[in-house]
Amino acid sequence: MIVTIIRKELRMLFTSPLAWILLTLIQLVLTWVFLGQLDAFLEIQPQLLQIANPPGITEIIISPVFAMAAIVLLMVTPLLSMRLLAEERRNHTLTLLISAPVSMTDIVIGKFLGLMVFFSVVIALIVTLCISLLMGGALDFGLLLSNTIGLFLVTACFSALGLYISSLTTQPAIAAIGALGVLLGLWVIDLAASETDEWLHYFSLLKHFKHFNQGLIDTLSIAYFILFMVTFLVLTIRRLDGERLHG
Amino acid sequence: MADETAALTLSAQNLCRNYGSHIAVNKVNLQLRRGEVLGLLGPNGAGKTTTMRMLTGNLAPSTGSIEICGIDLLDKPQEAKAHLGFLPEIPPLYQEMTVDEYLLLAARLHRVDKQAIQTVLDNVKQRCGLEDRGKYLISTLSKGFQQRVGIAQAIIHNPDVIILDEPTVGLDPNQMREIRKLIREVGISSSVILSTHILSEVESVCDRVQIMHKGSMVLDETMTGLQQKGTRLETVFAQLTHSG
Repeated sequence: MIVTIIRKELRMLFTSPLAWILLTLIQLVLTWVFLGQLDAFLEIQPQLLQIANPPGITEIIISPVFAMAAIVLLMVTPLLSMRLLAEERRNHTLTLLISAPVSMTDIVIGKFLGLMVFFSVVIALIVTLCISLLMGGALDFGLLLSNTIGLFLVTACFSALGLYISSLTTQPAIAAIGALGVLLGLWVIDLAASETDEWLHYFSLLKHFKHFNQGLIDTLSIAYFILFMVTFLVLTIRRLDGERLHG
Repeated sequence: MADETAALTLSAQNLCRNYGSHIAVNKVNLQLRRGEVLGLLGPNGAGKTTTMRMLTGNLAPSTGSIEICGIDLLDKPQEAKAHLGFLPEIPPLYQEMTVDEYLLLAARLHRVDKQAIQTVLDNVKQRCGLEDRGKYLISTLSKGFQQRVGIAQAIIHNPDVIILDEPTVGLDPNQMREIRKLIREVGISSSVILSTHILSEVESVCDRVQIMHKGSMVLDETMTGLQQKGTRLETVFAQLTHSG
């Protein structure tokens, strides 16, 4: 059943121009960053040779690309997650899913995974971009892997949050703005929290992503991401069930 | 007696639903047998749609129980819903899908057997007069055809209970006649609940009629019973729902 929902979500996503435009834009922005970093690397390459233990192309080019990708996806997720439930509700199509022999959990997980399949494509494209560097040198695959895992997890958190906010309203635009607001809030925590308020940093999604970005697969960060994701998925299911109960 | 309970496809006991302090549906009992078409009548705001939403699991009743083919809807929603087909007041159509895509989705959601899916699709399109519309986007179809797609979605998995909320609204007289014919056809093998405001429609397709008023059931009578008494449905309706 979950597979049926995933397929439906993907079909809906790829029949609208939105998905294609976003894919193109994301790729354009990241390629631009990628080429910028490549240029910078070529410029400082002679100096790097004089250092005893110089950073490699992975650290100089790929890490910044992934850091940028996380921010771009933070902006893009609300645009895609907004329609998931708000639009179904506005078009009265949610009834079709609820009247069918499908559980709320299947609906929510299916929608979430559908979006994640889309983001997997985005991430795969970024990885391909990075792998193209193999033509000119060797890559640190460990760092690339930790970046990929980190980006995937942080995007999953964005999506779960976006899905929950989409379940709260019938207006897709409000869902998008709400999700963007909360995500930006979680990002800005970094700037707002002074060094003494260290506990606040634990709530910042991008702070946790930074560990992956530097090649550190931290179990605390993984746990935080998974907790975050599960919390919002459970909240979404509860919200839909609550609507049935209290109406 | 044993036969009668076996043929019972839907049974709702003491359904109540409150919205805050407002009582939308009050102690409604509904029973439906195989091969029966039930007309659910009532003025606007009588609680018909709320009742139908409860019967299809879209809304949980405040109290009361619902059984579909002997399966409790509240305990085992998925098993029970497998026997249900529902067309809400506003057809739940994905405008950006084609008719074929949409019906395929509906078939998959209702767990139609994979091998059988193509035959089921062809069959349902033929029954609803959608043979040559398969490749059309739903958003480009006229209201009448959209309504047919909605009905096709509700009967695609051959459910035992079909619930149609005002299926003929906005259709032209020819389309209405066709839809009524279709309802009669599916009413032979399944049970149908039909909510409507058109009394002649009830007289032409229904075996039994129930009238709701202010959340309560005020009449439960077979059409033959009405005819024997010599009373016209319109008079009964006016008497029972005249709010004083």
